[in-house]
Amino acid sequence: MTRLAVLVGTRKGLFVLGADRKRRAWTIDGPHFLGQVVNHAVLDPRDGRTLLAAVKAGHLGHTVFRSEDLGRTWEESSTPPAFAKAAGEGRGETVSHVFWLTPGAAKEKGRWYAGTSPAGLFVSDDGGRNWCGVEGFNAHPDRRKWIGPPEDAPPDGNTLHSLNVDPFDPGHIYIGLSAGGVFESRDRGATWSPLNKGCAADFFPDPDVPYGHDPHCVRVHPKVRDVVYQQNHCGIYRLDRARDRWERIGKNMPKDIGDIGFPLVLHPRDAKTAWVFPMDGGTVWPRMPIGGKPAAYVTRDAGRSWKRQDRGLPAAQGWFTVKRQAMTCDTLDPLGLYFGTTGGEVWSSFDEGESWQCLCLHLPHIYSVETALVP
Amino acid sequence: MKVVLPSPLASYTSGKREVQAEGTTLAGLLADLDRRYPGIRFRMIDEQDGVRPHMRFFVNRVLVRSLAVPLAPGDEVFVVAALSGG
Repeated sequence: MTRLAVLVGTRKGLFVLGADRKRRAWTIDGPHFLGQVVNHAVLDPRDGRTLLAAVKAGHLGHTVFRSEDLGRTWEESSTPPAFAKAAGEGRGETVSHVFWLTPGAAKEKGRWYAGTSPAGLFVSDDGGRNWCGVEGFNAHPDRRKWIGPPEDAPPDGNTLHSLNVDPFDPGHIYIGLSAGGVFESRDRGATWSPLNKGCAADFFPDPDVPYGHDPHCVRVHPKVRDVVYQQNHCGIYRLDRARDRWERIGKNMPKDIGDIGFPLVLHPRDAKTAWVFPMDGGTVWPRMPIGGKPAAYVTRDAGRSWKRQDRGLPAAQGWFTVKRQAMTCDTLDPLGLYFGTTGGEVWSSFDEGESWQCLCLHLPHIYSVETALVP
Repeated sequence: MKVVLPSPLASYTSGKREVQAEGTTLAGLLADLDRRYPGIRFRMIDEQDGVRPHMRFFVNRVLVRSLAVPLAPGDEVFVVAALSGG
């Protein structure tokens, strides 16, 4: 009998929530890596067993741990993601932290990708034991221009996130660069092209720049070819691959809510259904629920219309942020939705967002939430 | 020679805070430490061979900043990990 696991990466460790497929009785396991930052933890859907965690222990730097028994035992990567040593006199880059982990394509067992800060792309072909740089990106002559100078980076540094492998083409990879834009490679990372047409970049005088945009979360649909959505610093978008142009579907959100936020979740069985969790992007960008009234919004028609979903959530004075990796779904029917807050709460919905309940309180600041079915 | 490690590195040495390692320079000593306790060097030295921020090495109680500093049999090396943040 498979069980559901909800992997919660926090600023102070990893927690694993567990339930049976009915999602009624929940357990909590952890903390793993107490006191260490866990930016992301992902269970390999190809074997249902290999769990990777991106960990950073204070001043000891970053690493990746792997487990094959859902965290009972952990093994550190022998060769964690690391930039190539600089040639000559200059000092080369160093990875600050591993931010994003993504399993490779279904047929490429053992392959994983990692995105880091500063923005770097790394690959493992042995289940996360050893990593090497994808030099087509890391050494690309335009990479420095794409990611911008460190002084313009977000507070946690410029980051490579939203690593998506096209489920229909293992060599086709999408990435998001914070303050850099969306890029894609169709040759396993050897060459890259910006993919930002139609996407706003309100912080530039020229609205039609090829890169420099700020995607917060890019999701590629796992079952339907060429369906890509994006929550950006400047709105919510769906990509029309035939025109290779982003359409701002966030313009259909209520005007008093807007279309700023961080996470975006796609329904794995319905390519027209997606959820977002709007944040206040006015004035100084508080990044909090608008008016202190948290709510998810769902579209069931590919962004033509949106519906508010707040039943069970705080009706007022709900001041938290939901980060880009901290909202996700399971694959059960009806679909379960989960989000974690910067205040350490994990919320869930087992009716596709119609109602919400809090699964646990008092965890550390939550960075990521992922689900997995465990045999 | 004796190497004294800070508590954040104890997970690499089965909890031991005092271990033995050999080397004629600090770089050599760290390479030997990594052979004995795989992964421990990368916790102190980054991929550009730079000492990680807030990590400090003392040889016979004297702060050293170069990995090329020579070592002699009988020297004592202290590794200190300063704590900051919250």
